[in-house]
Amino acid sequence: MDTVQQILRHLASTDRGPATLPQALCVACAASVPVSGVGMSLMSAHGPEEVVAATDEVATTLMELQFTLGEGPCVDASALGRPVLQPQLRRAGSDRWTGFVPAALAAGIEAVFALPLHIGAIRLGVLSLYRDAPGVLTPECVSQALVFSDVATQILLDLQAQMPAGDVLHPDLVVAGLGRAQVHQATGMIAVQAEVSMAAALMLLRARAYRTDRSITAVACDVLASTIRFHPLDEDDD
Amino acid sequence: MITQQHLLDAFVELADTLVSEFDLIDFAHTLTGTAVDLLEADAAGLMLADQRGNLQLLASSSLETRTLELFELQHNEGPCVDVYRTGPPVTNIDRAEVGQRWPAFAAQVQAGTFSSVHAIPMRLRDQTIGGLNLFLTRPGHLSDRDLDLAQGLADIATIGLLQERAVQERQLLGEQLQGALNTRIVIEQAKGMIAAQHGVSVSDAFTAMRSYARRGGQPLAQIARQVIDGTLEPAQLRAASSSSATRTGSEPTP
Repeated sequence: MDTVQQILRHLASTDRGPATLPQALCVACAASVPVSGVGMSLMSAHGPEEVVAATDEVATTLMELQFTLGEGPCVDASALGRPVLQPQLRRAGSDRWTGFVPAALAAGIEAVFALPLHIGAIRLGVLSLYRDAPGVLTPECVSQALVFSDVATQILLDLQAQMPAGDVLHPDLVVAGLGRAQVHQATGMIAVQAEVSMAAALMLLRARAYRTDRSITAVACDVLASTIRFHPLDEDDD
Repeated sequence: MITQQHLLDAFVELADTLVSEFDLIDFAHTLTGTAVDLLEADAAGLMLADQRGNLQLLASSSLETRTLELFELQHNEGPCVDVYRTGPPVTNIDRAEVGQRWPAFAAQVQAGTFSSVHAIPMRLRDQTIGGLNLFLTRPGHLSDRDLDLAQGLADIATIGLLQERAVQERQLLGEQLQGALNTRIVIEQAKGMIAAQHGVSVSDAFTAMRSYARRGGQPLAQIARQVIDGTLEPAQLRAASSSSATRTGSEPTP
């Protein structure tokens, strides 16, 4: 089994082309642990935030679904501060994650292993591993995956340490084009329109995306374009 | 007589403390206890220099007042002060020599009926950051082997300190990362609120917020938080953005 130092050394000595360090880590993890793909995302106290890296489209979908729905194994792993291993998503049923399970199965995800990236009480993000076929990971594989999650935490900190102490995220920690900014802007608009708190506004946005079976980013763009307008709760929200 | 196994057990226990949930003070207390056991000493203490270069007691093998005073009274003189100032170990100093070298400190040593005192440096590269202080009542000297062992313990204490600093640094970086993430979100949310309140575009909302922040010399994130919690009235922002747009904003808005 590779140690944190061995993996870091391997990543440093390999020519990764234009790929960022987090992307290279996800690729190395997917090669070392028998899974279909790996993704890395940042979490805040409010839930999923930025997607940092992913080996493939499905891994991106795994993280995006949870950003849209506000629920799923990665959300739980971050909130509980422990790994959430779901080797048979189909059998888990939709009791635990009403919205997430059917959507993940439809995307071809049959097993999810979510490992929190945290330092004590500070939750930074989640390393998400998925499989397109159900099946448990052996204890050795889980241990190796946990070592990769330690490396992921180290990389997050190393990258952010390169930034001057302030309020700016390292560019390699943000995958452009996923429309996070639009979602937060739309949340602010809904808070004013519906006269609710920011947290409630985000829930309204998520509910609308879920009800209309669209991505949260698509709905957010409609809010920004004033195609969709929210109103205080005693009125119709259209 | 200390057996090899006893020695090994002690080092394994210290190493375990280093990797599990690390508590520096707890670790330092364990280490002084180990020093007393392994070296057949009667009191051991870890002294660490603070930012002003004064030695402070980090941990001692006993919390009895008489023992604590041994360490705490070494402000200006004593074996640990010498080690800290000069570098090399100060070992096997008997009672007569203590009286000559450190007259003020000698009273404490005599009251404790100690026969010898020792101080081993805690070194971080070229720098001495403190010392392991040992007091013996038994007759005889610490052998070279004992002194090697004492230096080993002092080195472990230094590693423990470094570990503590590394852990704190990771926490600080983690908080900064979390802070940067939250700040981004807050600024975007505030843009959306202003856009809805003023009926302007998101980019105009950002311009308004930024010019208000610049005028008051305040961080953008702080203004964004004030927008969200309602302590900054929409009218104040509007005044700021309209005056900056027409470039007549030499007068501060009331």
